[in-house]
Amino acid sequence: MAEHAAPAITREEVAHLAHLARIDLTDAELDHLAPQLAVILESVASVSKVAADDIPPTSHAVPLTNVFRPDEVQPGLTAEEALAGAPEAEEQRFRVPRILGEEA
Amino acid sequence: MAELIQRSALELADAIARGETTSVEVTQAHLDRIAAVDEAVHAFLHVDADGALRAAREADERRSAGQPASALDGVPVAVKDVLATKGMPTTCGSRILQGWMPPYDATVVARLRAAGLPILGKTNMDEFAMGSSTEHSAYGPTHNPWDLERIPGGSGGGSSAAVAAYEAPLAIGTDTGGSIRQPAAVTGTIGVKPTYGGVSRYGLVALASSLDQAGPCTRTVADAAALHEIIGGHDPRDSTSIDRPLPALREAVANADLSGVRVGVVKELGGEGYQTGVRARFDEAVKLVTDAGAEVVEVSCPHFEYGLGAYYLILPSEASSNLAKFDAMRYGLRVLPDDVDSPSAEQVMTATREAGFGDEVKRRIILGTYALSSGYYDAYYGQAQKVRTLISRDFETAFAQVDVLVSPTAPTTAFRIGEKLDDPLAMYLNDIATIPANLAGVPGISVPSGLADEDGLPAGLQVLAPATADDRLYRVGAVVESLLEAQWGGPLLAQAPELGGRR
Repeated sequence: MAEHAAPAITREEVAHLAHLARIDLTDAELDHLAPQLAVILESVASVSKVAADDIPPTSHAVPLTNVFRPDEVQPGLTAEEALAGAPEAEEQRFRVPRILGEEA
Repeated sequence: MAELIQRSALELADAIARGETTSVEVTQAHLDRIAAVDEAVHAFLHVDADGALRAAREADERRSAGQPASALDGVPVAVKDVLATKGMPTTCGSRILQGWMPPYDATVVARLRAAGLPILGKTNMDEFAMGSSTEHSAYGPTHNPWDLERIPGGSGGGSSAAVAAYEAPLAIGTDTGGSIRQPAAVTGTIGVKPTYGGVSRYGLVALASSLDQAGPCTRTVADAAALHEIIGGHDPRDSTSIDRPLPALREAVANADLSGVRVGVVKELGGEGYQTGVRARFDEAVKLVTDAGAEVVEVSCPHFEYGLGAYYLILPSEASSNLAKFDAMRYGLRVLPDDVDSPSAEQVMTATREAGFGDEVKRRIILGTYALSSGYYDAYYGQAQKVRTLISRDFETAFAQVDVLVSPTAPTTAFRIGEKLDDPLAMYLNDIATIPANLAGVPGISVPSGLADEDGLPAGLQVLAPATADDRLYRVGAVVESLLEAQWGGPLLAQAPELGGRR
């Protein structure tokens, strides 16, 4: 797949990507997005041709090293503060919808 | 009062220090201005009159005790709505964060408060800083004070418009691909993107973590230096923060002089695709710089032309990952799907993100998800990272020959609201000259270069310097500012139409 730098992206692929990204796109959005993404991908495909294999990738603008600090207790958020923006809270915890399927 | 709001931040600080006015008076004057013009400009998403006036009273007490907290103690500031502010909503221009009150302050905000700057409110922006026009805000667009039918740039159009419309003497913006500099260019104001790591990102809601940087939006270069000194410097809460003192920025403005400075004009940032009037003002500014004693040469950065492509792979990739935290569980919007009994957490998350994110955010999340997916990762994200290396090398080569690089900040002046809204590629081209700095982490400033002949709208000159040499931006920017203002007979903004009577 990687050789084909600018594939036309299909509506089905966009639907799959939307599922991976956890966004419930409408049919109208899928119709609209697929051709737009194809155009964008075609225009950015030029990057696949410029860099030779021996060019190292850069992930950050400045060289990063691990940063340490003394392990000292510092004040943090209270439970009330941490929960203040929660859609639902109960017993000092975030209340969330069910995580598992209901039937086995 | 009208006269107060037109002064620079340093002039206001001076007037407060001399007892000619007070912080309360200055802050109230800006709140009055916001009340008078912001219905037309829409630079603010939230105005905190009570909090600002409370901070102003405290500043006045410190001033009268002879103990100002900083050079700008008592001078009000506006903050882009992407920085967490305790006690003030922080929405990032998105429905998904409507009404969210952060339980903590971003480091930039904490430093503003510690330095005594009353915070007037939060400024409008493209949703999660994705855009170049502020049209992608879920709360409606901001209007350019030069022409209310036109965009104020983006993503920080609220901050640039607030400063240009005299609603605030100072504002904070954030720049991931040009979101401070391009709005500055199209509103005739100053915008600085500091060196990556120069200003803490703690409490800045991340768009693309490896590119984001907060910085000053002002009407004078000296004000930008003063604000930069307040918000900049090492922060242990940001692991990418540079653990070294900032260069002396206000001093660089005070001692601004171009004799012997080597200036490189970037060959690849200009010419085709750049509006005639933008090029004309840029060429004139370069001539002024030459006449002022700078040594001007043309410099080639051959890989800059791939910057846009690399950026629009790296940014969506990082954004799709960063925005995964909006899962409807711990804060922000929660939407239950319509036709499901007892929906699962995943179904709630999916419905919430559909309802809470706008078009551009969805577009970029999907694009990033694609670029990072197996089978495409090497061809897209991996290659983009290599291009990033090539662009950094172009900068290294260029800065071996010259002290600073210059280019037009943006290829065009402000376009009309709606003109590029559904043409993502045309919108992305706005950032073509500003993106290379973000990819390489180097600092940049935009200063006004004049009005384009064809439309009478402001254009900007961009100055870029090597990483951690932010002082050079101020040194060169201050000279360009004073030479051009001498020609214009005052600041460029003095030529903007009066707001209030119009519309």
